[in-house]
Amino acid sequence: MRIPIESFRLPNGLFVTLSEDHSVPLVAVNIWYHVGSANERPGRTGFAHLFEHMLFQGSAHVASNEHFELIQRAGGTLNGSTWLERTNYFETVPSNQLALALWLEADRMGELLPAMTQEKLDNQRDVVKNERRWSVDNQPYGTTLEKLQEISFPAQHPFHHSLIGSMEDLSAASLDDVAEFFATYYVPDNAVLTVCGDFEKPEARRLIEEYFGSIPGGRRAFTRPEMSVPSDFQSPALTRIPDKVALSRLFVAARSPVFGSEEYYAASVCAAILGTGKSSRLFRSLVREKQVAAEVSAFTLDLAKGSDLLVTDVTARQEVSEETLLDSVEAELDLFLSEGVTEVEVERATALVMTELMKALESASERADRISLFATYFEDPALVNEQASRYQSVTADRVNEFARKYLQTPVRSRLLYVPNDKGA
Amino acid sequence: MVTVKRPGAGTPRPYQFPSFERGQLVGGARLIVCTMPRLPLATLMAVMDSGSARDPENREGAARLTAKLLVEGTKARTGSDLAEELENLGTSLDTGADWDSSTARITFLSEHLDRVTDLLGEVLLGPTFPERELQRLKSERIADLLQIESEPRALADEAFESFLYSPESRFAIQGGGSQESVAGICREDIVNCYDRAYSPAATTFIAAGDVSFNEVREKLSRRFADWPERRSTNPARHNTIASSTRRLRILDKPGAPQSELRVGHAGLPRNHPDYFPVVVMNAILGGLFGSRINLNLREAHGYTYGASSYFDWRKDVGPFVISTAVQTEVTAAALKEILIEFEKIREQSVSPSELSLAKDYLDGVFPIRYETTAAVAAALANMIVHELPPNYYGEYRANIQAVSAGDVLEAARNHLKAEMLQTMIVGDVSAVSDSVGALGLGVVETAAN
Repeated sequence: MRIPIESFRLPNGLFVTLSEDHSVPLVAVNIWYHVGSANERPGRTGFAHLFEHMLFQGSAHVASNEHFELIQRAGGTLNGSTWLERTNYFETVPSNQLALALWLEADRMGELLPAMTQEKLDNQRDVVKNERRWSVDNQPYGTTLEKLQEISFPAQHPFHHSLIGSMEDLSAASLDDVAEFFATYYVPDNAVLTVCGDFEKPEARRLIEEYFGSIPGGRRAFTRPEMSVPSDFQSPALTRIPDKVALSRLFVAARSPVFGSEEYYAASVCAAILGTGKSSRLFRSLVREKQVAAEVSAFTLDLAKGSDLLVTDVTARQEVSEETLLDSVEAELDLFLSEGVTEVEVERATALVMTELMKALESASERADRISLFATYFEDPALVNEQASRYQSVTADRVNEFARKYLQTPVRSRLLYVPNDKGA
Repeated sequence: MVTVKRPGAGTPRPYQFPSFERGQLVGGARLIVCTMPRLPLATLMAVMDSGSARDPENREGAARLTAKLLVEGTKARTGSDLAEELENLGTSLDTGADWDSSTARITFLSEHLDRVTDLLGEVLLGPTFPERELQRLKSERIADLLQIESEPRALADEAFESFLYSPESRFAIQGGGSQESVAGICREDIVNCYDRAYSPAATTFIAAGDVSFNEVREKLSRRFADWPERRSTNPARHNTIASSTRRLRILDKPGAPQSELRVGHAGLPRNHPDYFPVVVMNAILGGLFGSRINLNLREAHGYTYGASSYFDWRKDVGPFVISTAVQTEVTAAALKEILIEFEKIREQSVSPSELSLAKDYLDGVFPIRYETTAAVAAALANMIVHELPPNYYGEYRANIQAVSAGDVLEAARNHLKAEMLQTMIVGDVSAVSDSVGALGLGVVETAAN
């Protein structure tokens, strides 16, 4: 099963990929801007995400919140999301509404600023502060991502600071910041556009040229931040956080090869063998046999620059002490390293990945998002069709080599949440 | 720069919910197959007609534990070996119970249909319910409950329902059971639950994806030919509300930065004839991003990241809930705005623009909901569980479009009960109790958490 891919670049630099599929009368429009929290300057943490909110507050020809209304009225779904390295915006609409979705994206890419006001910024700042309260501050383990970033990347590294940002920095954001961020990063030559689903290519191309063609390319030069870090932690530490949680939970992070690299696929299979499914190492041992854990998983964050992280996540059973939790996870990781993995385990993990890859092709929105990912990070959307074979080429030797190189004790960093009443 | 003129819609292309075929298996179970050949994938489900609503008293959680235990050991192999078998095929078999059904579902590459049918048979026909695995799953459920206690969102959901329903109601306790009820469940309870809930007469198999009716019928008939029929079923439990007048309770979370709010009352059973007007009315009130409650609390006031309302549709009367989390300082102000919106939709007709937004959205997103084999199978399961007419999905969009502004007003007047509102707050009592006490939502009751 190969996804059809046809790409071209507009004179202003916008990279476009079209992928036709007529099985359901709907079409997905997906834009990635190559900017995320890693591009923020000191004192403005959370800005990339706050900015994502501002993109729904109207543009030159669209009123505040009208973007949402027009798409929903057309029978479509939409949203946006912010990550360390990118921000994406997406709509899925009935195929006869493709022009509307493209036009809305073009209007805000071309002319966002005329619609910006202090009032809108103040309102969305309040909304985002409530998002932070809801998803981070008032949520057990809600600080996990920001703590993992903090312990895994050095202080000046672009991945070190919080994605949703601090309350102080959110308060400090000004309309000038909005204008500068927009002019620097929200330009066609820093974006990719993907259209997937039920449409005719010539018509889509004509609409894209008409709506996006006149938007000028970026005129402000910007340099991407320096991302490289050594593959091991200088001083691996245990960060212990007493919090409003019921069960102790341990995260073990290791720096691992960036998303898309040859070694990444071995890392991804390694994570699956450790923590995906009930026959994974950690589930078998810690949940089923020793019964010290209530839940386990292992995953990569899929960061494409500097360094990725491979994270092992184990939630203890109530009666299990934090020492037992720490010791049993360490023991399991050590055993994993000394025994190595078998070809059978690699095949099983790969089989699980294959099914997930196939399921991801079912929805137009998901296909479009993956195409945008490969277009943004590698300028090569056709890589979406290479993922299955890259996973299938992973062998036990490669997984073991990866583990020896990246998962040894000195390169693990640990984050431990414990219930408040167990002593601060 | 950008073309000023907004583009209009093109000609809509026709869409039909994927067609399906119904039949019967040798052995008596029913079968529905929906062939979707686009990708080499399929979802296979077994849907049994009883769920958590039929848990015996003091054994709440039994249906869910029984379903979970199906994959923890069979006559042929241990749970661990079974998981390995399935994962070698790149898949997993998920079992569970909701209020009105118990299900086993698996999505897989369609080349594995034979093996998957075999393993599904092993799990449904020959589970052994090992004592050790029962004890482990009970402990895991208790760990889940502890997690809920520390998570304001989940705690508010749970606390609202146990506040809304009288203590002897099944709905007063979560589907998965309470600490006490789960602790009391023994292997015999599980065996009883299995004997009464799993049998050919109780079961509909559903397949969606790259498979044909004949091959599925033939394979399932062979595998399930000797499934014995159940001799009895558990009765559905009664559910009654705790109070028909307004009440307000605060669960104390000292120092909480936000208050989790749940405001509502008992809703309607799924088979209620006003289902479509109520769905459209709720979309306008709190179902959509552009709904009144969300635009008011989030976009006009910035009180919250999001606010919504929903009817939880069950065979018996599930709850109607308005749900949001607001920063602590504006708790009373937010509740006041919720009350204003609640009253307004009962007093005046919705505008033509609001009505068309809700209807066109519900009509238009219909195809987007059914792109995947798992979503189509789940939709067909919903049709079976709630005994919806065979052409329910074929007529869904027309039924939505038929709702008028008058129907919406009538639905709001008949089914939103201002005098019966129950309010649950999970937040800082000392910071909010005085101001919320003045809203007329009831005398403030507080509880330590």
